Amino acid sequence: MGALDFLDDVRRMNKRQLYYQVLNFGMIVSSALMIWKGLMVVTGSESPIVVVLSGSMEPAFHRGDLLLLTNYKEEPIRVGEIVVFKIEGRDIPIVHRVLKVHEKVDGKIKFLTKGDNNSVDDRGLYAKGQLWLEKKDVVGRAKAYLPYAGIVTILMNDYPKFKYAILAFLGIFVLTHRE
Amino acid sequence: MNSFTSRLNSLFAFTLSVMAALTFGCFLTTVFNDNLRPVELSVGKVSVKNVPDYSADRDKSDLGFITFDLFTDLSPIFNWNVKQLFLYLTAEYETKDHTLNQVVLWDKIIERGDNTILDLRKANTKYYFWDYGNGLKGNQNVTLTLSWNVIPNAGTLPKVRGFGSHKIVFPEQYTAGRF
Repeated sequence: MGALDFLDDVRRMNKRQLYYQVLNFGMIVSSALMIWKGLMVVTGSESPIVVVLSGSMEPAFHRGDLLLLTNYKEEPIRVGEIVVFKIEGRDIPIVHRVLKVHEKVDGKIKFLTKGDNNSVDDRGLYAKGQLWLEKKDVVGRAKAYLPYAGIVTILMNDYPKFKYAILAFLGIFVLTHRE
Repeated sequence: MNSFTSRLNSLFAFTLSVMAALTFGCFLTTVFNDNLRPVELSVGKVSVKNVPDYSADRDKSDLGFITFDLFTDLSPIFNWNVKQLFLYLTAEYETKDHTLNQVVLWDKIIERGDNTILDLRKANTKYYFWDYGNGLKGNQNVTLTLSWNVIPNAGTLPKVRGFGSHKIVFPEQYTAGRF
């Protein structure tokens, strides 16, 4: 009995079982990928599920809460909506509320956002010289909310060692565990 | 199969599925609420100036000033799956350049347990009423509405426009000097 039990398990497997375990592992990875890509098709958003990474929308959303997004082209952007957008030169998308909308005859739209918990609008966060967001900046609009569900992501972001530990543990578990 | 870790594992898994089922049930009981309430709105002083907008492109733009009265009772909206309401007062209008303009003038967060009856008299706006251009002077059809975004404990994020609006008529002349 001990931490190296799993090595015994591997040693006792024959080739056939080993292949089976590896294939099983591949199956899990590919179904996760398929679900993610499937959600992208259904919601029209490049990132249908996001984890809230900052406290700028408190008390509505806290760090680690999960948001479900859609991004249908025909659905107009209106004031009061919570949008997720990307700024040029920044990797991490921002979740904030629309404060102002100006729409031209041809449907071209300019809008301004603000975090509920921030005292000023987002112009200071945008790229240098950028005053408005446009439709192309939008990753999605928040449609549903689930608290705490993304807390593991926050932990993994804050403590990279924890991430590698979890990945290693899951990998070993899936490869060696016999059903 | 009766080791401590396996028992811990099944206990954790069972707790998680029970909580997921309860959360989903909670969401189902409230998903069909319309969250609609009547709102009484009116405005006091209305004026408009034409000054450079240093928060945006520094061009001379129309800047509206209003004070407003508001009465609404939002208590019936609160149920066991409402964490918070985000209220926002929107001015919506059409100008020569833009078919749709929406500007949020005021907002307020009502958390569970806060006072849900709003009775504001001669309130000032929280945000500046900047137009994108010069479309406020003499604008006869600026509609003021109160909307709210319901933030649940878990579930969808409905955006509801309150029943009742007020039409603002802006004067044909700019106000000179200080307000």
